[in-house]
Amino acid sequence: MSVIRITSIAKKFIMALSGLFLIVFLLVHLGVNLLLLSNDHDLFNEASHFMASNPLIQIMQYVLALGFLVHILSGVALTVQNYLARPNRYAKNRPSENASLESRTMIVSGGLVLLFLLLHMRNFFYYIKFGTGPEGGDYVLVTDLFDIWYYTAIYVVSFVILGFHLNHGFQSSFQSLGANNKFWEGIWKKAGTIYSVIIAGGFSVIALYLFFN
Amino acid sequence: MSNLDAKIPEGPIAEKWTNHKNNINLVNPANKRLIDVIIIGTGLAGGSAAASLAEMGYNVKAFAFQDSPRRAHSIAAQGGINASKNYQNDGDSDYRLFYDTVKGGDYRSREANVYRLAEVSGNIIDQCVAQGVPFARDYGGLLDNRSFGGVLVSRTFYARGQTGQQLLLGAYSALSRQIGKGKVKMYNRHEMLDVVIVDGKARGIIARNLITGEIQRHSAHAVVIASGGYGNVFFLSTNAMGSNATAAWKAHKRGAYFANPCFTQIHPTCIPVSGDHQSKLTLMSESLRNDGRIWVPLKLEDAKAIQQGNLKPTDIAEENRDYFLERRYPAFGNLVPRDVASRAAKERCDAGHGVNATGEAVYLDFMDAFIRYGKEQAHVKGLDGEDKDLVIKLGKAVIEEKYGNLFQMYEKIIDENPYETPMMIYPAVHYTMGGIWVDYNLMTTVPGLYVLGEANFSDHGANRLGASALMQGLADGYFVLPYTIGDFLADDIRTGTIPIDSPEFDEAEKKVKDSIATFLTNDGDNSVDHYHKLLGKIMWDKVGMARNDKHLKESIVEIKALREEFHKGVFVPGKDEGMNTELEKALRVSDFFELAELFAMDALKRTESCGGHYREESVTPEGEALRDDENFAYVSAWEYKGEPSESVLHKEELKFEFIELKQRSYK
Amino acid sequence: MNLTLKIWRQNGPKDKGRMETYPISDVSPDMSFLEMLDVLNESLVAKREEPVAFDHDCREGICGTCSLHINGEAHGPDRAITTCQLHMRKFKEGETIYIEPWRAKAFPVIKDLIVDREAFERIQQAGGFVSVNTSGNTQDANNLPIPKVDADLAFDAAACIGCGACVATCKNASAMLFVSAKVSQFALLPQGKVEAKERVLNMVHQMDLEGFGSCTNTGACEVECPKEISLDNIARLNREYLCATLSSE
Repeated sequence: MSVIRITSIAKKFIMALSGLFLIVFLLVHLGVNLLLLSNDHDLFNEASHFMASNPLIQIMQYVLALGFLVHILSGVALTVQNYLARPNRYAKNRPSENASLESRTMIVSGGLVLLFLLLHMRNFFYYIKFGTGPEGGDYVLVTDLFDIWYYTAIYVVSFVILGFHLNHGFQSSFQSLGANNKFWEGIWKKAGTIYSVIIAGGFSVIALYLFFN
Repeated sequence: MSNLDAKIPEGPIAEKWTNHKNNINLVNPANKRLIDVIIIGTGLAGGSAAASLAEMGYNVKAFAFQDSPRRAHSIAAQGGINASKNYQNDGDSDYRLFYDTVKGGDYRSREANVYRLAEVSGNIIDQCVAQGVPFARDYGGLLDNRSFGGVLVSRTFYARGQTGQQLLLGAYSALSRQIGKGKVKMYNRHEMLDVVIVDGKARGIIARNLITGEIQRHSAHAVVIASGGYGNVFFLSTNAMGSNATAAWKAHKRGAYFANPCFTQIHPTCIPVSGDHQSKLTLMSESLRNDGRIWVPLKLEDAKAIQQGNLKPTDIAEENRDYFLERRYPAFGNLVPRDVASRAAKERCDAGHGVNATGEAVYLDFMDAFIRYGKEQAHVKGLDGEDKDLVIKLGKAVIEEKYGNLFQMYEKIIDENPYETPMMIYPAVHYTMGGIWVDYNLMTTVPGLYVLGEANFSDHGANRLGASALMQGLADGYFVLPYTIGDFLADDIRTGTIPIDSPEFDEAEKKVKDSIATFLTNDGDNSVDHYHKLLGKIMWDKVGMARNDKHLKESIVEIKALREEFHKGVFVPGKDEGMNTELEKALRVSDFFELAELFAMDALKRTESCGGHYREESVTPEGEALRDDENFAYVSAWEYKGEPSESVLHKEELKFEFIELKQRSYK
Repeated sequence: MNLTLKIWRQNGPKDKGRMETYPISDVSPDMSFLEMLDVLNESLVAKREEPVAFDHDCREGICGTCSLHINGEAHGPDRAITTCQLHMRKFKEGETIYIEPWRAKAFPVIKDLIVDREAFERIQQAGGFVSVNTSGNTQDANNLPIPKVDADLAFDAAACIGCGACVATCKNASAMLFVSAKVSQFALLPQGKVEAKERVLNMVHQMDLEGFGSCTNTGACEVECPKEISLDNIARLNREYLCATLSSE
């Protein structure tokens, strides 16, 4: 049998692979966004235009969408299976004694990030993709939004939540793929934390920079 | 009184087993499918037997009162398993293992059985390694050995301090494989409550489903009992809480003779009793005696001060410590056999030198081992061997590698760090060498009824050497029974399934149901444990480590009286339907009461001291146990006659053709 | 010590069950947790009530029978021990202690605090063995040297006592630590390599059939495991499973 059966472990592989794919995507996205910090506004506009029109990227968009979809669906499927595995809950339970908060709340952090994602798609992706944004290009579209205090707040909070999600997700992917032991565990955990801080910090810094300027 | 025939094959000792295997009947593979075997107990002996018989093609039904075969108390054996592999090139051989075991058992075991045990011991290691048992290895990748009490070679194979666990999991995995194949039908949480004898042969059992309470009939062409020992007759022992004598005792009541019931092993290295609430005692592996030194304060005033908590063991100077085993037994030192070590500890404590608040404990000190290993490590690593702190630190790491789990266990129970302060230990009931009488084929006096492992009596005489219980359990299950049972079953290839609607089954089932009903309707006031504790106290005080005529006679009267009180005064809550843990206990304890009486009778009858059986009337001038070979070189096998007190003694004379009978000396 | 116990009582598999409160006094700090329950049961029997049923046997931390969820943690607040090795000195005077059975769909309650762990048996039967028959002619044990490192790692995995604390403590009631320990033991040893592929596929298949949840790498099992079985084993199981799936026909 050469096709992975959808056993519980296979679901975890799918979760890990799609997660790692999204981890790479986030880095690319952050790279483009960092151009917003440049004084040359056209730099961002060009990059944004390139992302919206390059044929290869257009194909990758579908792959990315699929990546999100698979990650979300398998996450939901796992959560349902896992919930059903314990129909009677404990009267008293102290999960904080033996597991980190982020590891226990991946579906919550994931769900919140998904809500943000929908908002994000409506606010940015839709305009950039279909080119109905304001005069002055995508740069202005972005800076306009970050003038609104509550939008900036939602944005920053969402990325902090995403950071939590990634902090567990990063090292967890390697464990799920079997690429882990006591030696590597430390490395993956540190790398995961550094990565999460870069992502959450990077996106937030840009938002705050735009808000305060 | 008759002389029992053990059916020992003719010929020189080293050829008996081979000759016997060549001459007994076999069942052909196609016919094995037509034959059912019931196995009670799935520890090392039962589990290995069930797996092996199923592999051979028999239909096996296996029963365990626990929720899984993996829980049997074999799992708690820590130290190791002996085998005469001679991997250490220290002159070991089958003969030496045989000799050590017979001598260690104080010449009360059957030569032919013990030799066979030694002969198959190597196969056990091969078999277990093939199953993936992770024995300890050295850096060359070969198997490591350590030394145990009562021997002069290193022949003990081990898996850290969890050898029993690993061997049991090996047997359990073999058994699981057969369950998965459908060749073994496993009945977890089922307890055998009677054997059914049809036409003089063991043909089935009555069992209780411990979850539903249902009383079931199971038939087979042979019944194998491997239900372990009866140490819990003392209430406090190192046995598991559920370990019981019911299966063996019911077999006894149905005609199987009970052999040497008084032969009990008191293990020297257990964690001392801490209070009245104590439910069981915890063993610390004998292997600790390889590296630990046992001592008590030399001066009575020091012992007093320690008992009152005014002094710490580390305050006692070297010259004020009495390493009493090394003093009394220079040749074997701390590695004398268990019975000898236990008695020596009791003697010191009785003389007032004991430590612990109760005065019933001695020290087991690892400081010398820390230093010895530490120096070795310092040398290997090129560090300063004169730096005492460093040496001790390195030494502790070595000890931790060897016995870490035992040290941790000790710390959890006593709340003291044994790396910093010596351990306290005291003897506790551990193993019963006595058991159902079996012949060379492991068959009891009831045809078709076999008994394996600790439940039988055959291999350890009056005292078992360390690391020999695992060896015997697996030898019986893997390599003896699978051959010998064929000799009996060969006659049954045309018998067909044994019906379970016969009057014999009716009678046995009724008996079981009646006794359950009696307990449940009894209008008493006290719990089962209440009586079990009282029984244990009589046993420990009067039938324990040192026995005498007066106490034994008293104990027989007291046990009987308490048994009557128990049946009148016990209260068992709940119903027969569904799970009823108190009922389970009541049924077991009622059998312990009967067994206890026979136990004391046997101890009274044997006026010699031998191995674990120490009669104060029979000692050498130096206070060592004194055997009486002229009058007691026999196995006492008791036949049940309706009441324990009416039991009839039969004898199997023990002939020592290959080993010269000598007074045991470890000096 | 005086304590208040909140204990799950359930008459049988079909009963709904409820938490009941029992005050208990004169508890000695040197008692083990199960000895404290013995004392409670003695008092219940004296009042002609049914004692609390709980699983226990060896009482020295090796048989894996005892199984209580105490104050929100499998085997209670201490580490690297089973319930029978837990001592009352770990609790405070006047404390309220919740005592519940393992909770998982795959571990239905039989009575009170006793659960049915046959699911583990079936997983074991699906592949937790080396297919070697008993034979007096097996090759000599030392014909197969095994590097000490591998033997030690295999032992670490084999130390699993099958108590089910990993399932009980996992927020997903996943049995991955249990399964991975068995798979790892054999995957690390040459004797087990022959059937490694079928073993991992079959055991995981059975694990899923039993209704356990899946592993989300929270690491709770490793923390609560009385034998400190490492998460490395789960990574190894994942690896073995991936390789077996990709290379099997």
